[in-house]
Amino acid sequence: MMTAIKLYLEFFFTGLFAVGGGLATLPFLYEISARTGWFTNQDILNLIAISESTPGAIGINMSTYAGFVTMGIGGGILATLALISPSIIIIVMISKVLEKFRDSKLVQGIFKGLRPASTGLIAAAGLGVAKLALLHTGEGISLNIPAIVFAAALFACMKKWKIHVIAYIGIAAVVGILVGF
Amino acid sequence: MKELVELFWLFAQIGVCTFGGGYAMLPLLQRELVEKRGWVEEEELMDYYAIGQCTPGIIAINTATFIGYKRKKLAGGIIATLGFVFPSIIIITLIAAFMRNFASLEIVSRAFSGIRICVCALITDAVLKLYKKAVIDKLSVGIFLVVLLLSLFTKVPSAVIVVAAGLFGYLTFKKGDKKA
Repeated sequence: MMTAIKLYLEFFFTGLFAVGGGLATLPFLYEISARTGWFTNQDILNLIAISESTPGAIGINMSTYAGFVTMGIGGGILATLALISPSIIIIVMISKVLEKFRDSKLVQGIFKGLRPASTGLIAAAGLGVAKLALLHTGEGISLNIPAIVFAAALFACMKKWKIHVIAYIGIAAVVGILVGF
Repeated sequence: MKELVELFWLFAQIGVCTFGGGYAMLPLLQRELVEKRGWVEEEELMDYYAIGQCTPGIIAINTATFIGYKRKKLAGGIIATLGFVFPSIIIITLIAAFMRNFASLEIVSRAFSGIRICVCALITDAVLKLYKKAVIDKLSVGIFLVVLLLSLFTKVPSAVIVVAAGLFGYLTFKKGDKKA
């Protein structure tokens, strides 16, 4: 029971202090590992690899895995709920404030700056994925031509047919297994 | 109640389709929430992402809570977020229990080489849509380019970039207001 409470608190604070993308939770996992010995550094390396190659946001997947290693199925659920608790509290509070002030000139002005910035950040993240997916980056950098052709074909299909995204992901996984980009 | 079930189910689907960071969920949010259901505007998504970058918690979760709250207040925020993490909990628990070598399996890395390409195409599509809505004048082109370059070539944290852009937006707005 004590471990459960400690586990909840550790991941609650991780959720509270990790700002940004899922990998922002990583330094906190190392600290928890050093402080409690619940999981090893090898576990952390393993959980990064697994989190990046499974569905779901990386931060969530890492918490579920770390919680599972610590306390089994219940631990995985508990750590994940702990990680999302501060977000829910804080975002609900911000939502309430926004509801009131959404149309104020101050908030409108701030959003005018935020929207292009937000687009820029997402574009940068997209370029990061593109670098991994479309270039060979071993010794020297070269274009991965089959990957680029496949990306262009997928993009054209997306523009033409509005089928569910999960279908495209499934097709891409199968083509990846067959071709191996 | 029916709408809460729909929220949970929808965000569970989004959770299954999100490979990588929170930005990977954006294409799904656009399709399912903006285009199909009209629950939120494209501009609101951008606002949620921007706020989600500079507030505690990971972006994907913050965005899920925002949208859930908008639909159904507190209950909606909680249910949407739980829906989003639900598939992760199931999938990761199974992997942690039965196949910890999952990431080193060849079939997984091959499948993932394909999925990554799909994520690229999806994000390109998503960014182009956002760009049309957000980058509308000289000022916004400038902000977009500066942020893109900062984010690509420096280590300035996203949270700092977002706060600076918000402040900049506010100040230019104030100046424009005085002129008028």
